[in-house]
Amino acid sequence: MRVLAAMSGGVDSAVAAARVRDAGHEVTGVHLALSRNRQALRDGARGCCTIEDSHDARRAADMLGIPFYIWDMSDRFHEDVIEDFVAEYQAGRTPNPCLRCNEKIKFAAVLDKARALGFDAVATGHYARLLAGPHGPELHRAVDPAKDQSYVLGVLDADQLAHSLFPLGEDTKPEVRAEAAERGLYVAKKPDSHDVCFIPDGDTKAYLAKTLGTDSGPIVDTTGRRVGEHDGAWGFTIGQRRGLRIGDPAGDGRPRYVLDISPVSNTVTVGTAEELDVTGLSGIKLRWCGPEFTGRIECHAQLRAHGEGVPATAERTGADSIDVLLHEPVRGLAPGQAAVLYDGTRVIGSATVAQTSR
Amino acid sequence: MAVYLDHAATTPMLPAAVEAMTARLAVTGNANSLHAAGRAARRVVEESREQIAEALGARPSEVVFTSGGTESDNLAVKGLYWARRDADTRRRRVLAPKIEHHAVLDPLSWLAEHEGAEIDWLPVDALGRVHPETLRAAIERDPDSVALTTVMWANNEVGTVQPVQELAAVAHEYGIPMHSDAVQAVGALEVDWSAGGLSAMTFTAHKIGGPIGVGALLLGRKTAAVPVLHGGGQERDVRSGTLDTPAIAGFAAAVVESVKDREAKADLLSGLRDDLVARVRAEVPDVVVNGDLGAGSGLPGIANMTFPGCEGDSLLMLLDARGVECSTGSACSAGVAQPSHVLLAMGVDGEPARGSLRFSLGHTSTKADVDALAEAIGPVVARARAAGVS
Repeated sequence: MRVLAAMSGGVDSAVAAARVRDAGHEVTGVHLALSRNRQALRDGARGCCTIEDSHDARRAADMLGIPFYIWDMSDRFHEDVIEDFVAEYQAGRTPNPCLRCNEKIKFAAVLDKARALGFDAVATGHYARLLAGPHGPELHRAVDPAKDQSYVLGVLDADQLAHSLFPLGEDTKPEVRAEAAERGLYVAKKPDSHDVCFIPDGDTKAYLAKTLGTDSGPIVDTTGRRVGEHDGAWGFTIGQRRGLRIGDPAGDGRPRYVLDISPVSNTVTVGTAEELDVTGLSGIKLRWCGPEFTGRIECHAQLRAHGEGVPATAERTGADSIDVLLHEPVRGLAPGQAAVLYDGTRVIGSATVAQTSR
Repeated sequence: MAVYLDHAATTPMLPAAVEAMTARLAVTGNANSLHAAGRAARRVVEESREQIAEALGARPSEVVFTSGGTESDNLAVKGLYWARRDADTRRRRVLAPKIEHHAVLDPLSWLAEHEGAEIDWLPVDALGRVHPETLRAAIERDPDSVALTTVMWANNEVGTVQPVQELAAVAHEYGIPMHSDAVQAVGALEVDWSAGGLSAMTFTAHKIGGPIGVGALLLGRKTAAVPVLHGGGQERDVRSGTLDTPAIAGFAAAVVESVKDREAKADLLSGLRDDLVARVRAEVPDVVVNGDLGAGSGLPGIANMTFPGCEGDSLLMLLDARGVECSTGSACSAGVAQPSHVLLAMGVDGEPARGSLRFSLGHTSTKADVDALAEAIGPVVARARAAGVS
């Protein structure tokens, strides 16, 4: 096959490209330039797409003896991921930009361009497995639960998966690092990336403040009593405890958390940890990694990028809607987050949380 | 074997240059030392300087060795600006077209940002040429405020040649120094410093079959330039740093040979280039040729073409996969393709400017290279069109 290896400049995608090449495929490395204003050097584990990252990716490609190019996807990324991210926060929701990027950029814009240019598949360094199933390739969790990234791939449909390769799903991160070192790849010791790539200092609130300005409003408790003031409701996420700046302590002295954000009334509601517990959700924007289900199924629902799923019952309520009943309460789930449904290790598909119930 | 159609990026070293350079590589000697080893090195440097000066119609004292085109451009643009401004603080205007290489454009923006320069952009016509009357009009707006003008001899992306002598004559009338980046011109066009009327001229070894990492600035004997590199006072106190004797020897050999063979090579290259354009057009009828292919009025070895509906990036990658090596224009260090600033300045729109390729021929090019491109280009363009413009 002719395979396009998406190379971020990190250790995972470098080893993924190496393995695909070793498997006998004709591999071309591509680094995606996603930021419009690229920084020269990276700062520890923060951010990505710096010129240093593209240099690291190029070095790895040169070591592997594969052609390497940089594709400028910064305009697409800005429209489809960053603007969406800001708009979601503005609407009081908590988006996951990595899923959005996989859905719109890596396995859409990039895959489409690659296929048009004559490539058969795109390979990435995600930790997930593709296993042959009766209806085509199935997306499964990686064997390393600490690194499993099937959650952020839960937006890919069967056609996208049929043209994807995830060569790292059978291994653990230490194994991949060891292999990188053995191969002489200079990125073997490079730190993992964390946080949102386009917010290099990790300060989402400051980023949103810069983008959206300030708009002060009340912080109230569940009885409607005003307990503080905020300078922009978008600066909060459900479940957040720090940075509330509520001067008046709660009556019982217990910590308080953000329970709800209402952009229309510009109000942030706070309450106790118990009040954060979510037992059900309704989801929209359904994405299917394989056959759709109808009716009602027992499954596991994963609601964050890291951690395990909880037992759940999912019911199809319409062409593009489901309800999910969670058999264990999940603390601090917010609209905008993704609910990825699993049958054992297999990813069934995903929904965007529209509403939660407590 | 790869088909190398990127000689304007760098061209293979000439055997004479390899020989001259390697002969000095293992020999010790700093050309500034007073002992025998130093004298031997100095002899090589000075003989090289004389050969280069003679080949270009300059005096040996006018040859300032540098590390290459970028350094020479920086020294000329910044050095002339500082010297002229220091002599008269009203002189802050720099006249230049936007089709210059980044080694000129970026020092200009730096001067504007940090040193109070005002850049007055000289408009170009659809072929990328600056007309002498355009320069005159720009000067006339306020002759006393002009620090310098800089206009490249021949453009690296589209091959357009400027009327350098006429432009220099206009600048000379007003006593304004003119620099020209002749990196692509030396060895390809007749470059006669003594007839040019220029104050400074940049050229470099690796575009004419010499080694990478050495170049020169021809600097008029009466032209003052403030140094960029300060130190031991080598090169008329304008460019400090120990001279690279082996590279300078290779540089001189390349200048001598490329200037000596210039006319025959130019005929050969323009013939091959015309063939290349015709063969590409036969495969891709709607291809648009950018720049000047006129006999004697454009660089003989450069063909810049726009492929409508294609990304230059996609074309480059698909050709590379078939062993054909070319370029989308001048590559930026980060590797992200930008629409060519040269084509934009010539009035080509953003999208076609992104779908353009530069093929450049040189002393090792053959008809087989053109054949290989002609064979590849049809399917490659069809593929790139399918991928579209993002």
